[in-house]
Amino acid sequence: MKIPDLTELALRNLRESLLRNSLTTVGISVGVASLVAMLSLGTGLQQMLSRRLEKSGLFDTVFVSSRRDLRGGRQEERAGPTPGESRVLDEAARAEMEHLPNVKEVYPDIRFSTELQFDDKPHLTMISALPLSAKSNDSFDGMQGRFFSSDSAPEVILQKSFAEELLGKTPPLGAPEPSVAELAKPLLGKELTMHYAQRGESADQTPAPGPENKDSEPVGASYSVVSREQKLTIVGIADLDPESMRGPMRARVFLPLGLAEGLHVMQLVDLREISRAASKQAVYSSISVRVKDPSRIQGVEDAIKKMGFTTFSILDASRSLQQVFRVLYAFLGIFGSLALIVASIGIVNTLVMAILERRREIGIMKAIGASDADVKKLFFAEAGAMGIAGGIIGVALGWAIGQVINFGTNLWLKSQSIPPEHFWAVPLWLVAFAIGFACFVSLVSGLYPAGRAARLDPVQALRYE
Amino acid sequence: MTTVPAVSAVRGTLAIRSEDLCRHYRMGENVIRAVDGVSLEVQSGEFVALLGSSGSGKSSVLNLIAGLDRPTSGTIVVQDRDLAKLSREELAKYRLHVVGMVFQSFNLIASMTVAENVELPLRFAEVDRGRRAALAQEALARVGLKARMDHRPSELSGGEQQRAALARALINRPKLLLADEPTGNLDSHTGTEIMDMVRDFNRELGMTVLMVTHERALAERYAQRMIFLADGKLIDDRPNDPRLFPGGRP
Repeated sequence: MKIPDLTELALRNLRESLLRNSLTTVGISVGVASLVAMLSLGTGLQQMLSRRLEKSGLFDTVFVSSRRDLRGGRQEERAGPTPGESRVLDEAARAEMEHLPNVKEVYPDIRFSTELQFDDKPHLTMISALPLSAKSNDSFDGMQGRFFSSDSAPEVILQKSFAEELLGKTPPLGAPEPSVAELAKPLLGKELTMHYAQRGESADQTPAPGPENKDSEPVGASYSVVSREQKLTIVGIADLDPESMRGPMRARVFLPLGLAEGLHVMQLVDLREISRAASKQAVYSSISVRVKDPSRIQGVEDAIKKMGFTTFSILDASRSLQQVFRVLYAFLGIFGSLALIVASIGIVNTLVMAILERRREIGIMKAIGASDADVKKLFFAEAGAMGIAGGIIGVALGWAIGQVINFGTNLWLKSQSIPPEHFWAVPLWLVAFAIGFACFVSLVSGLYPAGRAARLDPVQALRYE
Repeated sequence: MTTVPAVSAVRGTLAIRSEDLCRHYRMGENVIRAVDGVSLEVQSGEFVALLGSSGSGKSSVLNLIAGLDRPTSGTIVVQDRDLAKLSREELAKYRLHVVGMVFQSFNLIASMTVAENVELPLRFAEVDRGRRAALAQEALARVGLKARMDHRPSELSGGEQQRAALARALINRPKLLLADEPTGNLDSHTGTEIMDMVRDFNRELGMTVLMVTHERALAERYAQRMIFLADGKLIDDRPNDPRLFPGGRP
């Protein structure tokens, strides 16, 4: 029998016992809804975590350092060129990394310790430079004030504990901390003066003769350090914990990256690379390379390693996380499928009842030329139609349940002053999978009844009243 | 699309041949011999009546010829096909293309309209929708039911239902029409109408007709030959006496 005829006959038969078939379909829908609800919760949680991690800048960033800085290190890091021979992490290396495929952004880790003056009082602290892209970092989620207006604006964002220090409000151990909002009020818009040491130009850089000076580093170079001042406006107070931060976030005061680069501040790395410190060429202790997609991180990391640098990313941690989610998926899927399996028993029951009721009809069809395969296909089509209908309704039901729970949970989160989250996701693959799975379960359920109907003896079936 | 073979019955060629045909059923420790060594031959285009009392085995013989049942032993050859050797799938194709069946209780599917019932065998034969509709209309017109094609069987009289069943049996242009007590549920007037139609198909389309009945008068009026069965055995096989119909059979 042709598929359109088969479908038409199957739908006609389903309409004949509308109530019973509808109830069976509702059973499948509930099963699919439970499966969709479970898996969409798993997907939503994974997506939420991925968003969080992406915002943290952890999963799409490769931290690059020069092997010159290595002192010991792991076996794999010791392999390749020795620290003395390896490349310097300078502007040329940065530009080269920027041109690697799948690289979104490359920025140096500029960090230095210096003195900030506020209300005529000096405060020694660690300052770090941030690119404008750090604005989306989750570390600034609860920030009071705003992010930098431009990459070279003379603006500064303070970490909460530094703000407490500036205001002399550092709480004693165990005492309640003042809120960020309380600290921001008297500080936002105020000015700080930063005293810093600027790398000076070298007047005496003579390259040393001989092949051992591969980097053409000037020997006997001298450099000057000029003391400078920079006025900075406080634009934001962020509730960051510097101890838990990584890369450029490990500081208490933040400057725009462009501004920091223009200041040519003397950094710790400059003391090691003393000859370069004297030149205009900046040398960095580390560089952060952000990739377009976390899945591309391995390729970028490998390319940078080939350039002769040491890299670090938490790709492995990401892999472990994916495995955890796979296990979670499997569990949620199994629990979600239980209801569908129960519903499948309903399908078997409905179809077996249909065989009893339509015994004579099956006999008639066989007498006028229907083959066993025709009868089997007809019952399969009926099971499949119930599966598809149940799958579609179930997906809609599961989606609706997810929306209601998401809404309710966000109401509760709001009452707890926690920002709302979207932790429920029904991606297209889940819709297709749920409908496909419902159809598959229905067809498997239809196997026995269809086989039984096909094997019916037409003479016996025609005698059935 | 599977082609539906046209009737090419040539009178004189053998349509049905059975040799020592047996169909035994086991019921507990007893063996029921529904058909017990029946040997018969039916020529193409012949109108044969199978007569006998209840339980004589006439319907069992018809089921064996229809390919609905398989013999316990013996041979049954219809249109050069040894039915005992056909697979289930081949038997279904045989029922679809070679045989048309009419039953005492009409056996129309209640949830379908008359037209849908009539074109059902064409669905199994994978005939296109348009051609199916045209053939169904033609068959219904032949039995005078064109106006009732969109009705459900429950909305039709017994005679109309049997006419619809006849149209369904004819839709695939079978070579063999098997009728199991076709007038059993009809009054005599309607029964005559139906039998007249069957006789017309036999004469006009050259269709071989094998009719099971327990009404001897009906058999004498329409059949060319009468085969008598009792206790599963063939007890008599004789041509209908033309002297009964001086002006020829009606």
